[in-house]
Amino acid sequence: MSNSHASTLAAAGPSYFVREHHPENGTLLGFWLYLMSDCLIFACLFAAYAVLGRSYAAGPSGADLFDLPVVAVNTALLLLSSITYGFAMLEMQRKKLRAVLVWLAITGLFGAGFLTLELTEFAHLIHEGAGPQRSAFLSSFFTLVGTHGLHVTFGIVWLVTLMFQLGKHGLSAANRRRLMCLSMFWHFLDVVWIGVFTFVYLMGVLP
Amino acid sequence: MTDHHHDHDHAHGHADEGSHSTLKGYATGFLLSVVLTAIPFWLVMGKVFANPQQTALVILAFAAVQMVVHMVYFLHMNAKVEGGWSMLAMIFTLVLVVITLSGSMWVMYHLNHNMMPTPVQQMRDMP
Repeated sequence: MSNSHASTLAAAGPSYFVREHHPENGTLLGFWLYLMSDCLIFACLFAAYAVLGRSYAAGPSGADLFDLPVVAVNTALLLLSSITYGFAMLEMQRKKLRAVLVWLAITGLFGAGFLTLELTEFAHLIHEGAGPQRSAFLSSFFTLVGTHGLHVTFGIVWLVTLMFQLGKHGLSAANRRRLMCLSMFWHFLDVVWIGVFTFVYLMGVLP
Repeated sequence: MTDHHHDHDHAHGHADEGSHSTLKGYATGFLLSVVLTAIPFWLVMGKVFANPQQTALVILAFAAVQMVVHMVYFLHMNAKVEGGWSMLAMIFTLVLVVITLSGSMWVMYHLNHNMMPTPVQQMRDMP
């Protein structure tokens, strides 16, 4: 009696398993969740800038300080680095290691160009006496744009590290996964920059 | 049944490769974002609209569209990535971002409004 009951249960058992597609590798989802939490950090910094961005403390305003042509070049550099990283991903799918490395190097150079321009701008502002301690507007400006720049810096460090790993181990499964994570990170930084150039620079020079 | 099983295995084989990106996708995304970046810069630098508030609203709309373009063409976001969990996490984050941004601006605007500097005469009349 009890034996037959058990066998019925065992036979019914597999039907409890719902056939659902589960991601095998949690790394990409986990990295996406990290990016979403990073997004919240930027949301807080944007909120701080939204609140303080017009508190000039009788100091210079965005219209006095921002050089839009430089910002346009910066935006172009970051956008170009996004598409060159995309080309690196395409070459990764075609399993061409050399081409991947070349596109990654170009991406890194665009990123470095972006950082150079941004640091020049910061140095210029501080030299003019418009440093982060001048007004609430400049404090929130330096925090927001500086945090983005710090992300780009670490993105470049990661990119160079990954190039060495690729050179040593080739396009292994682990390296392909790392390339996809950095891809998400890099494109995510570009998305944040859209918010920065619109909300901080373009709207900052409006009267 | 066997067909179904085969499909399942096939899907698994691709899972760790991520979504396949194409040159066409990247090129479309890049061209769209160039246009969507150039127009706001032109609107502001060329002082196209007389009303700055109108300019602000228009360039914010362009930024929102460009963010969606980047999400779709560069980050390959769709409802199927990671079995839908990526999309779910993004929607949740988006809700939090909207609450943080609009809440901060709303509260701080009213705070500033209600904490206007008191006129000197009114200060003198105070008990």
